[in-house]
Amino acid sequence: MLAILRSAIHRDLLLAWRRRSDVATAALFFMIVVSLFPLGLGPDPELLRRIAPGVIWVAALLASMLSLNRMFSSDLVDGVLEQMLISPMPLALIVLARVFAHWLISGVPLVAIAPLLALQLGLAPDLLVVLVGSLALGTPILSLIGAIGAALTLDLRGGGVLLALLVLPLYVPVLIIGSGALESAAAGQSAQPHLLLLTALLILAAVFAPWAIAAALRISVE
Amino acid sequence: MTWASWTDFFAMGGYSLYVWGSYAVTAAVILTEVALLRLRRRAILRQLTGGEGVRRP
Amino acid sequence: MNPPALALRRINWFHYASPQTFLPVAGTLVPWFAWAAAAFCAAGLYTGFFVAPTDHQQGEVYRIIFIHVPAAWMSMFIYLVMALWAGVGLAFNTRLSGMMASALAPTGALFTVIALWTGSMWGKPTWGAWWVWDARLTSELILLFLYFGFMALHAAIDDPRRADRAAAVLALVGVVNVPIIYFSVKWWNTLHQGASVGLTAAPAMAATMFAGMILMAFAAWMYTIAVSLHRVRSIIFERKRDADRTVQYAKGLRQ
Repeated sequence: MLAILRSAIHRDLLLAWRRRSDVATAALFFMIVVSLFPLGLGPDPELLRRIAPGVIWVAALLASMLSLNRMFSSDLVDGVLEQMLISPMPLALIVLARVFAHWLISGVPLVAIAPLLALQLGLAPDLLVVLVGSLALGTPILSLIGAIGAALTLDLRGGGVLLALLVLPLYVPVLIIGSGALESAAAGQSAQPHLLLLTALLILAAVFAPWAIAAALRISVE
Repeated sequence: MTWASWTDFFAMGGYSLYVWGSYAVTAAVILTEVALLRLRRRAILRQLTGGEGVRRP
Repeated sequence: MNPPALALRRINWFHYASPQTFLPVAGTLVPWFAWAAAAFCAAGLYTGFFVAPTDHQQGEVYRIIFIHVPAAWMSMFIYLVMALWAGVGLAFNTRLSGMMASALAPTGALFTVIALWTGSMWGKPTWGAWWVWDARLTSELILLFLYFGFMALHAAIDDPRRADRAAAVLALVGVVNVPIIYFSVKWWNTLHQGASVGLTAAPAMAATMFAGMILMAFAAWMYTIAVSLHRVRSIIFERKRDADRTVQYAKGLRQ
């Protein structure tokens, strides 16, 4: 079973490697959105430092949404999705592997470049650990929730915008808790409660989201 | 009785804009919904009966 | 076994889940609920405007409560009921459940809009601003987005069965998220603003004020039932039309 999972993840990563430019696009988008804020608001370091947590989190949220609608669509075209549906493996597990691969491709680059952007905005260096921690816990939740939306809007006209409409309201708790972790750390308090809450949300999402994704895929394909 | 006169009632203790603004918009929104429901029903019944006169619901 | 229980058992509840049987039942129920809504509304408005006293802190502006609070209650309650129908539809594969869920969504969104509008109208004189990022207003706004998402997804899918089922999954995911959203927004609010001003009236609320609010809440209930039954009838008719068209099309193909 684990071998099949590993091969599923391996396949997804291989496919992503073949489309390297997609991976770069999300990270680039993230950088550009963050750079727009100083341009729009002026270079006042005090202001930038204050809004940095929110800006980085909102930009990460938007960037992680970019590749969502491609999560299952190529599988639909080449018939892999139907194989997934009739395979003896539980669909929820296959889907979990797919989401994990998606996170490795789209989430991890965001986590990796976030510290650079944070320094650009003047965030104190000792907050970078909290930033990386909160993003590392938060972006998988975004991938899990986003995958539900991707499965529901599979093969629909106007899928991309619709997907954003469905998914963004559900992202709110992650945004609040994730940026809250940074804000409380910046105020000299412990960020631990926020990070624990994010962990709880991650576990919750990892347990329940795969079922919802699997159900949504069956509905969309049948 | 709370109100000395009708003018008093409509003035709402100086908050007429907010109180009547709330009630007017609520009434308008609800009436719109009811009207839309009736239009929707009339349209579908007309289609189902092939464009003849529609029996009053 | 006592007779009522036996009789209850003999009724086949799934019988009423068929749209064709449901259609006339709903048709006879609609006027009753509509009149009940009108009666409760009249009683509630009378109590609210002529019986309930002036609030000694807020003055007359508190009278917005008679629509604001019932609308806010309904907006959340309708989402729950919608998710319940959605869950029933997914579990038992009944066609009517999905139709009920999609019939409720516009009314739920409408009450959310009313709650937001009246909240803002109340906020201006009380807080001095049309909009405050208060925990309740903010989560109500997100609830509105959830309703819009549900309706947009349903509208984007052509096949009604797929639309019902996909929207049902979204409603269930949403209903799991609503408490999480509410608590995170509340928490965010206390972090950023300290104690927030409550929109609900003073704790010592006169009994007549409460009575007016409850009467209006009943009116909103009856209105919701009447409107959603009326809408579900239209939906049943529309699906019948679409099915007929498909049959016509298939017949055309065979010739």
